[in-house]
Amino acid sequence: MKVLLTGNEAIAHGAYAAGVTVACGYPGTPSTEILESLAKYEDVDASWAPNEKVALEVGIGASLAGARALVTMKHVGLNVAADPLFTLAYTGVNGGIVVITADDPGMHSSQNEQDNRHYAKAAKIPMLEPSDSSEAAWLIEKAFTISERFDTPVLLRTTTRVNHSKSLVDASDERVQKEPSYEKDPQKYVMVPAHAQKRREVVESRMAALADYAEEFPGNRVEWGDRQIGFITSGISYQYVRETFPEASVLKIAMINPLPKRMITDFIDHVERAIVVEELDPYIEDQIRGWGLTVEGRNYIPGIGELNTEIIREALNEEEIEAPVEDVKTEEMPQRPPMLCPGCPHRGVFYTLSRMKLIVNGDIGCYTLGVMPPLNAMDSCICMGASIGNAEGMHKATGRKDIVAVIGDSTFVHSGITPLINTFYNQDPTTTIILDNRTTAMTGRQGHAGTGVKLQGENTKPLDFEQLTRAIGIESVQVIDPYELKEVRQALEEAIAQDEPSVIISQRPCLLVERSKNGPLMVTADNCIGCKVCLRLGCPSISWKDERAVIDTASCVGCGVCAQLCKSDAIVEYTQPDKGAGI
Amino acid sequence: MVSDVKDILLVGVGGQGTILAADILSQVLVSVEYDVKMAEIHGMSQRGGGVSTMIRFGSKVFSPITEKGKADYVIAFELLEALRWSDYVKPGGVMIANTERIEPLPVILGKAVYPNDIEEKIKAKGINLITIDAAKFAEQAGTKKAANMVLLGCLAALMPIGKEAWYGYIERRVPSKTIEINKKAFDLGYEIISTTASMV
Repeated sequence: MKVLLTGNEAIAHGAYAAGVTVACGYPGTPSTEILESLAKYEDVDASWAPNEKVALEVGIGASLAGARALVTMKHVGLNVAADPLFTLAYTGVNGGIVVITADDPGMHSSQNEQDNRHYAKAAKIPMLEPSDSSEAAWLIEKAFTISERFDTPVLLRTTTRVNHSKSLVDASDERVQKEPSYEKDPQKYVMVPAHAQKRREVVESRMAALADYAEEFPGNRVEWGDRQIGFITSGISYQYVRETFPEASVLKIAMINPLPKRMITDFIDHVERAIVVEELDPYIEDQIRGWGLTVEGRNYIPGIGELNTEIIREALNEEEIEAPVEDVKTEEMPQRPPMLCPGCPHRGVFYTLSRMKLIVNGDIGCYTLGVMPPLNAMDSCICMGASIGNAEGMHKATGRKDIVAVIGDSTFVHSGITPLINTFYNQDPTTTIILDNRTTAMTGRQGHAGTGVKLQGENTKPLDFEQLTRAIGIESVQVIDPYELKEVRQALEEAIAQDEPSVIISQRPCLLVERSKNGPLMVTADNCIGCKVCLRLGCPSISWKDERAVIDTASCVGCGVCAQLCKSDAIVEYTQPDKGAGI
Repeated sequence: MVSDVKDILLVGVGGQGTILAADILSQVLVSVEYDVKMAEIHGMSQRGGGVSTMIRFGSKVFSPITEKGKADYVIAFELLEALRWSDYVKPGGVMIANTERIEPLPVILGKAVYPNDIEEKIKAKGINLITIDAAKFAEQAGTKKAANMVLLGCLAALMPIGKEAWYGYIERRVPSKTIEINKKAFDLGYEIISTTASMV
C-alpha cells in the first residue's frame, strides 16, 4: 500500500519493519518525529533520554544484549553523543544499531550548520543517506543489515528537506522477528587499552570490507543519460539535480562512507565532465580529488546553506534552457519573526532581567526568544546546557555578581546539572534561573524526567528540581511564580546579592500544555494614558492603535502580567460589550 | 522529457490550519494516483510565526521544493503572507488570498507598518488574484475556525477532481462533531469560485 509519509515517519516505519525493539533519543528539529512515530508501536520500547549521549548509551546496551536499536538526534546532538559513538566503532555490535543524525542545512532551527558526514569518516563507521521518504524507509532496513553483517554501528544522515518532506512510501506490515541473545565477550566489549588496541585493527579491516561492499551496494547507482555532464550527488541534492537536468547522467550515492571508489572512477571515465553537487562541505569532492581524479563542484556550487533547483540551474546553466522567470522584486514588508506566545510564563522573567540590566547567559529552547526586541534580555547562547558554565566563566573573568544563567527544565536535565555542580564546587556566586514550564516546549511539548510523563504515555515519578538543587549543596534556592512580577524581582535581587551560587526555579506550565483558566483582559480606553509601558513586554496580544494600547481578546490568556505594569489601572478583566437591540 | 508537475503553495500564520488543509489536499492527490511531494516549513515558534507548505504533483516528482515564479496556485490564508509569497506565482498563475489581517510583532510594536494596498500590489504583478473573506463564509457554515476549509474549497473548484474525494478526506481528518460544518465551509468556498469562474 502506498502512503504519503514524511522522511521521519518513513524512518520510523522502516525501523519497525526491521525489527527494532528499543529506540531512544532526545528531541531536536528536524529529528523529533522519528521517535514520536515509533512510540506508537506497542512492541517497541521508545523513550526520551536526558541527552543524546545517554540515548546512545541506552541504545548500545540494547544492542549488546542482542536487540536491534535505533538512536535519534539532530546534528548538534551528535556532538554530545560523540564520546560513546567513537568507542562503539571499536566494540562493534551484537544486535544492529543505527544512529540518526538529522542535519539542518540553512539552519531553519539550529545554532550552527555543521556537516555531519565528517563524523562517519572520523569515527570510522559506515553512513547512509536517503533522498526521499521511500528511500529512507528502505535504507534504514539496509542499515540494520549492514550493522549486523559488518559488526558496526551505522550512521543514517538526513537533512531537514528529507525529514520534513512527504513523499510516497510502499508500506507493508511485515516485520523482522529477532530473538535477542547475548554472550559475554570482554575482549570485544570492554575497551581497556589492551583490548582496544586489537579492536583498532578490526576497525580498519572492517572499513576495507565495507569499501568493497559499497561497490555492490544497490543504493549506489548510475542513471545513464546524456554524457556531456555527469553529476555525482546524494541525498536531497539528487532530487534537485534530476529536476533541473532531467537528461543528464547521474551517479547517485546512498552510501556516504565509505564511498564506492571504483564506481565513481568508472563514471568519471565515461562522461565528458563530472560535477559533484552536494550541500555544505565538499565532502565527496575532496575525497575524489584525493584519489587523483579530476572533478568539479565547489567551483560552481555554494558551500553555505541549502541548495535548491534554482541555485543549481543558475550555477551550471551556461546556455539558458528556457526564458528565465522575470525576477519579481520582493516588497519591503514587515517580517513575521517567531515570538514568545501570549501569556508565556517566561515573559515576566525576561522583562525583569531586562529592567534590572543583568548580564544574561541564555540557552537553547523557546526562551532563547527572550533575545528578541523589545525584551532584548540575552547576552549569550552557545549550545544546550552552556548557559550555567558561561555564567561561571564570566564571573571568573570579571568578578561581577550581576551575572545570571537561564535554562529551561528539559535543557537543565539534558546537561545543566553537571555545570551547576561545578558552580557549587567552585562557589562562583552566579545565579541560575531554571525556567521550568513543565515540558520541552520548542520541539513540540515532549516529556522529560521533570514532567512525570513518558514518551509512550505512562505516568512516572517526576524529578524534583528543588530537592535536586539542594542535594547538590546549593543553599539559596527559591521557587517563584513568574506571573508575579514583584516576586520575580525580589527573588532576583536576593539571589544576586549572595556571595555563593544561587538557584531560582521559575515554575509555571507552558500554555500549550496546560490551558489558561483565566479569561482575557482588556484596556479601558478612558483610563489608558498612552505611556506604552505594557508594550515593553512584547506580548503579541497587546498592540498600539490610535494612541492607545489595545488587547486582542481572542489571543489574550489573562496572565495578568501587563496589568501589573499599568500605572493607571487601565487593564481590567474583559467584559462582553453591551449588545444593543438589533445587533 | 516534458515535466507535467504542478505546484501549489499554502501559506499563512501558525494556528490558521494551513497544514491540515495541505494534508487533505495531498491525500486527495494521492487518491487519484499522482506522485506527490510535500514540503513543510513551520517557524520556530509554536504560534504566530509564518507557515508554508509546498505541494508538488504529477507523474513523477523529484524536488519537494517549488521555485519562485513556478507555482500554479498559491493559497494565502493571511493577506500580508499573500504579498510575501506573491513572487512564487507563475506567469498566468492564480492566487487566492484570504482578506484576514494578522499583524506580526514588528507591526504590533510600531516598528513596521502593515501595508495598505496589498491587493493592488499583487495585481500590479499581473497575478490573477481572487480575494475572499473566508471567516465570513466559515461563520455562515457554523464557525470562524473553518476558514481553512473555505479556502480549500476555493482551490478544489479550480482542480479537476470530484467533490466526493475531498469530502472523504475532510471526514477522516476533522473532529467528528465538526464534519458537517467543515464540509459546508468547503462547499461555500467551492461555490464562490465556481460562480466567479463562470462569470469570467
